[in-house]
Amino acid sequence: MTNENQPSSPSAAWKPRIVAFFCNWCTYTAADLAGVSRMKHASNVRIIRLMCSGRVDPQFVIVALAKGADGVLIGGCHPNDCHYVEGNYKCLRRYQMLKRMIADMGIEPERLRLEWISAAEGEKVKRVVNEMVETVTKLGPLGLPQKFEEWDEEMEHFAEHVAAKEAAAGSGGAEDRTKAQTVETAHA
Amino acid sequence: MPKPKVAFYWCASCGGCEETVVDLAEDILGVVEKVDIVLWPVAMDFKYKDIEAMPDKTITATLLNGAIRTTEQEEMAHLLRRKSQYLIAYGACAHLGGIPGLANQFPREQILQFVYEQSPTMVNEQKTRPQVKFTDNGREPTLPALHNVVRSLDQVVEVDYYVPGCPPTPKLTKAAVTALLENRLPPKGSVIAPDVALCDECPRKATKPTNVSFSEFKRPHQVLMDPEKCFLAQGIVCMGPSTRSGCEAACTVGGMPCTGCFGPTSRVRDQGLKIMSSLCANIAPKEEGEIDRVLEGIPDPVGTFYRYGLAKSMLRRRVNLPVK
Repeated sequence: MTNENQPSSPSAAWKPRIVAFFCNWCTYTAADLAGVSRMKHASNVRIIRLMCSGRVDPQFVIVALAKGADGVLIGGCHPNDCHYVEGNYKCLRRYQMLKRMIADMGIEPERLRLEWISAAEGEKVKRVVNEMVETVTKLGPLGLPQKFEEWDEEMEHFAEHVAAKEAAAGSGGAEDRTKAQTVETAHA
Repeated sequence: MPKPKVAFYWCASCGGCEETVVDLAEDILGVVEKVDIVLWPVAMDFKYKDIEAMPDKTITATLLNGAIRTTEQEEMAHLLRRKSQYLIAYGACAHLGGIPGLANQFPREQILQFVYEQSPTMVNEQKTRPQVKFTDNGREPTLPALHNVVRSLDQVVEVDYYVPGCPPTPKLTKAAVTALLENRLPPKGSVIAPDVALCDECPRKATKPTNVSFSEFKRPHQVLMDPEKCFLAQGIVCMGPSTRSGCEAACTVGGMPCTGCFGPTSRVRDQGLKIMSSLCANIAPKEEGEIDRVLEGIPDPVGTFYRYGLAKSMLRRRVNLPVK
């Protein structure tokens, strides 16, 4: 599976890009603590602060992957510590199904990770981020935007064929014809 | 004044959408009186070359059903787009990819192999497959090629309106055609159905608990279902909360849960993920093993949550499949 996920010409300079959704009350505060404690961790993670891990809509995770992230990390409060009582459990349940769904869709489930990290666990932020970067580096690029382009090449070829056929037939009105729309509109 | 010209066309579909046009019953006479049908392969004999010979934008509206899966369908989508003022994606397959969109979970080679070699009803010892081109007595007939990816209509050409449903109801069809003839059209890109969830018009809504909680998911064939109680309250997956209304709750009234054929409302991008999010968040257990046990009640999440919407979902297709 890993090999199929490699783009045709993997760039030597590729570094994983990981989107992290951290909850305001625990994990984001822990990341802040890691920062003020001058801990060093891999810089491949883009952190997005949400009020609660329960706010992580599965659509957020898939948008991140579809737009080019190689992995997604979710951080929330430990069980029984959620500021909103139930949010982290909701996140956990969605996460367990989402892992199954992305595996069914051909994405390695290791690209998605959920961790409970309390506000005092700056050290754990560092460890989890480094581990995640290592895991995703081993998996290689996910490269979904490139894949979507590759999928649509079969239509571009055909649009050219139609244009050639029409030019050969010399049919009128070709000038004002709008260029065949082959771009994937769903990702506009 | 000449009558407006209307075309019906079908691509990767089952024919059910055509049936709905016929299901307009006597109302179809009113429609036929007001329009000239210029193309309707299922019912009338017109030639593609007649359409090709028309000046662009001659056809007032084309109602196209079915997903786009072959080069021929793609070519016809482009042709009808050019010849039509309004191109309407009619039915779940044109709107979302529909049932044919589920093929986006498999490589093309596997599909062809099954259909032409392994299917129990197939006898094909030579393993013959349809060829795109072959030579026969100096002639070179061609056949359409099968694409690797199944697409909704708007992933191939620009679409003006969508009439949702598998199939759309005669009522919605009539509303769309009437809106068109009377020139009372909603903003371009609209789905011509109410923009609220199905629960809004479901007669079982009153029995939907304020706090839904699942300790088990059951499938319709495994239980005797209560004919009046909300399906979610019975632990049965119902796509109603993430599906657009407008079908008058045909399935839930008929005793089956919603499977999502009307697609999402305008505020949801990915119908499958949204209903997954809602259902899974409301599982009762809090411990990983117990949660997994409940989730086992949904053995095929992609087929369940994306029954009609896989091609139009954010991932569109199993991402590690080949394209060659």
